[in-house]
Amino acid sequence: MATPLLIAEKITKSFDGVRALKGVSFELIAGEVHALVGENGAGKSTLIKIMTGAVELGTGTLVITGRSVRDNNPNVARSLGVVAIYQQPSLFPHLTLTENIALSLETGSPWRSIDWKARHERAQALLKRAGSSMDPDRLVRTLSMPEQQVVQIAKAIGADAKILIMDEPTSALTERETDSLFKVIAELKSHGVGIIYISHRLEEIFAIADRVTVLRDGEALGTWNANELDRGGLIHLMVGRPITAVYPKRQVKHGEIALEVRSLSNRASGVSSVSFAVRKGEILGVAGLVGSGRTQLAETLFGITPADSGEILVGTEQVRVATSADAIRSGIGYVPEDRRQHGVVLEMPITANTSLANLKAISHRGIVNRGAEGRLAQKYIAQLRIKAPSAHTIVGMLSGGNQQKVALSRWLAAEPKILILDEPTQGVDIGSKSEIHSLMVDLAEQGMAIIMISSELLEILGMSDRIIVMHGGSVSGILSREEATQKKILALSLGHAPAGDKV
Amino acid sequence: MMKRFGQEISVAIAIAILSGVLAFVAPSYFSPENLTDLFLANLPVLIVALGMTMVILTGQIDVSVGSIFAICGIAAGVIAKSGIPALIACLAACAIGAAMGALNGALVAYVRIPSIVVTLATMVALRDGLRWATQGAWVADLPPSFQWLGLTQAIFPLVVFLIAATLVMLVGWGLNNLAAGRAVYATGSNTEAARVAGINTSRLIFLVFAFTGALVGLAAILNSVRFNQIPSNSGLGLELKVIAAVVIGGTAITGGRGSIAGTVLGVVLLGTIGPALTFLGFSAYWEKALQGGIILAAITIDALRARAANQGAGFAASRV
Repeated sequence: MATPLLIAEKITKSFDGVRALKGVSFELIAGEVHALVGENGAGKSTLIKIMTGAVELGTGTLVITGRSVRDNNPNVARSLGVVAIYQQPSLFPHLTLTENIALSLETGSPWRSIDWKARHERAQALLKRAGSSMDPDRLVRTLSMPEQQVVQIAKAIGADAKILIMDEPTSALTERETDSLFKVIAELKSHGVGIIYISHRLEEIFAIADRVTVLRDGEALGTWNANELDRGGLIHLMVGRPITAVYPKRQVKHGEIALEVRSLSNRASGVSSVSFAVRKGEILGVAGLVGSGRTQLAETLFGITPADSGEILVGTEQVRVATSADAIRSGIGYVPEDRRQHGVVLEMPITANTSLANLKAISHRGIVNRGAEGRLAQKYIAQLRIKAPSAHTIVGMLSGGNQQKVALSRWLAAEPKILILDEPTQGVDIGSKSEIHSLMVDLAEQGMAIIMISSELLEILGMSDRIIVMHGGSVSGILSREEATQKKILALSLGHAPAGDKV
Repeated sequence: MMKRFGQEISVAIAIAILSGVLAFVAPSYFSPENLTDLFLANLPVLIVALGMTMVILTGQIDVSVGSIFAICGIAAGVIAKSGIPALIACLAACAIGAAMGALNGALVAYVRIPSIVVTLATMVALRDGLRWATQGAWVADLPPSFQWLGLTQAIFPLVVFLIAATLVMLVGWGLNNLAAGRAVYATGSNTEAARVAGINTSRLIFLVFAFTGALVGLAAILNSVRFNQIPSNSGLGLELKVIAAVVIGGTAITGGRGSIAGTVLGVVLLGTIGPALTFLGFSAYWEKALQGGIILAAITIDALRARAANQGAGFAASRV
C-alpha cells in the first residue's frame, strides 16, 4: 500500500474537562475515499478540526504527509495541503467566481498589480477540472447552493489539496447533483488526493467510500473496507443498538380531506397553479429538485409569502392565509428547512422555543405561566428524546439533530391539524432520523395530515402514502405509494412525464 | 447564574467598588440632598433607557430620543402656559412623544428602512425643526401649577421615584412574563423565526418605537417641571448616554439578549461616575473620557464573554 497521507494516533481531546475524543487513531492513504461516520456528537467534527488546525491537539500524534505536526494551526495545515469543504460554502457573495478563487489562492504583496486575464483563465481552468463550465465572471450570489459547492471544490483543486475533507457536502444537493459531485471526487482520487468524507447518507458512503472509520462517543470503533460492511451492520456500529426498520412506515386509515389547495399561485416565488389535497392520517411526500418550488410552495401555504391567487381550504372551509399567524390559526404547522434561519431561536432556551408558536395555550391574559411552559417543554423533551442538560438549556448549545427536534416540538406544541415538514431529517444523525420517522407515523395515526418535503428519494419513497413531484414551480405529477419508483420521480422532477402515466 | 447574569454582576461590582471608595473618601456624597439631586438628574436617562432596552432587544436602535425629548419639553411648557392643567400637559407630552416614536416605528417596520438611518434623519430633522420653530427661544413664565407638577419640592422626588420604580418593575416583569415580552426577545434574536412562529414582528417593532417615544415624553415633562424655564436645546447627547447605559448593562447591541435589571445598573454606574470624580477632586472634564472608557470596557468584556461562550457552544454542539 502507498504511504499514508495522514496518520492520527491515539488522539485525545478534552473540552472543559469533558473528553470529546478518547484515543482515536485514523489513517488516510493517497487516492482513497475514507468515510468518517458516527452520530452527531460522536467526535467527527472535533477530529476534523484537529486536522485542519482549527482546534488544538490534546495528546497523541498527528503526522501529515510525513511531517509530525505538533502545533497544528490553519496555516500549517493549509501549507501541508489539507483543505476542508463544509456543508455551508464560505464564499464572498458580492464578488465574482474569479475573485473568490483568486482570493484564496494568490499570495504576495498587497500592493501588487493584478493580472486579471491570468486570474480569469486560472478560474476557468479550475472550474473545468471541477467539472463545470460556469462563467467565472458571474457573481457568487447568483449561484445555487450546488454551484457554490463546485466553486469550493475548484478552490480546493487550485490550492493543490492533498487531503480533502468534505463535511456533508451533499446535504443541499439533489441526487443528480450528487452524482456529478461523485464524478469530481473520482477524478480527484485518480490524481492521488486523499478524501475524508463525512455524510449521514449511508447510501452515499457505500457508493463512493473505499474504507470506513466508525466513531461512537469519542472512540474509534475501527476501520473497515466498505465492501465488508452492509447497511444494517454499519448502522448498528454507529448507534450501538440495532435499528430494525429503517423506515418505520405503517399503513394508517385515511380520514376526510384535511387540506385542499386549488390553483395556488405566487408569481414572486414562482409557484404556479398548484392543486392537491391531503387527508387526515396521510403522509404526502413532495419531491423535486432544489429550485423546483417545493419550499416556495410550503412558504406560500404557510403565509410567509402569501399567495396572489388560488384557494386554500382547511377541511371544507376556505381560509385566508396572509401571514403565518393566519396559518397557525387555521391549524397549519410548518417546520422549515433552514432551522437556524427560520426554525429555532438560538439564543432562547428550549422552554421559550417550544412555546413560541402557541403562547396562548400556556398564558392567561397575556401572562406566561412558567410552570406550564416548563411542563410542556419536558413533555416534548421526553417524547422526542431531546438530549439536553435541562429544559432551560439555550438551544444554540444543542447539536443539529436536537435543534431540529426542538423546532419539531414547537409545532407539535401548537397542535396543528396539518403539519408541513421541510427536509425534516436533513443533517440529522441516523438515530434521531429514525425517531423522527416513527414520530411522523405516530402523528399520522392520531389523524394529523403531514406534508413532507424531502430531497432524499429513499425517504420520500419510504415514508409517503402519495407523492407529488414538482418541477418549475408547478406539480408535474402525483404518484401513489404503489406506483412510485425512483426512476418515475426523477423523470417527473426533470419535467418529463413517464410513459403510460397520465399527469 | 454567573454565566447568565455575568454582565449585570460585573456592573454591580463596579458600582459597589465606586461606592466603597466614595464612602471612605467623600462620605458627604451619600447625603440625602446629593442622592436626590443625582436621582433627579439621571431620571430622564433611566426612563428613556427602559424604552431603549426594548428597542435594542428587538435588534433596532433609536438615536432620535434626544430631539424628541427637546420637543416634548417645549410642547409641554407651551401647553401649560395656555392654562391647561399640568396633568393634561403631561399626557400631551407623552402623546407627542408616542406620535414621533410611531413615525420612527412606521418607517422602520413598514417601509423597512434601517432604524439607524430613520432615527438619524429624524434626530436632525426634529432638532432643527424645533430650532426653527422656537428661533432658539426658551419657554419662560411657566404657571406655578406646572412647577414640581403642583407638588412641593420635598414631595416631588418621592412621587417620581415611585413612578420610575413602578415603570422599571412593569417593563422588567413584562419582558419576562408577558407573551409580548417573549416576542421582543424572539424578534431580536431571529426575526425570521419569530415571523414564522406567528409573531407580527412589524407591528411589534412599530409598537416598541411608539412606546419608547411615550417614555421620552414622560421623561421630558418630569425633567422640565424642575426648572422655571424650558430650554429649546435640552436633551443634547441624551441618546448617547441612554444607549451607553443599556449596553453597559449587558444588552447585546445586536438584539435578543439583555435585561432591565442590567439597564438600571448601567444607568446607576454612568450616573455615579461623573459626580464621583468631582467629589474625588478630579476635573469634571474627565467625565466624558471616563464614560467612553467604561463603554469600551463593557463592550469588550461582553465580546470576550460571548467568544468564550461560543467556544463552549461549539463544543456542546459536537457533544450533546
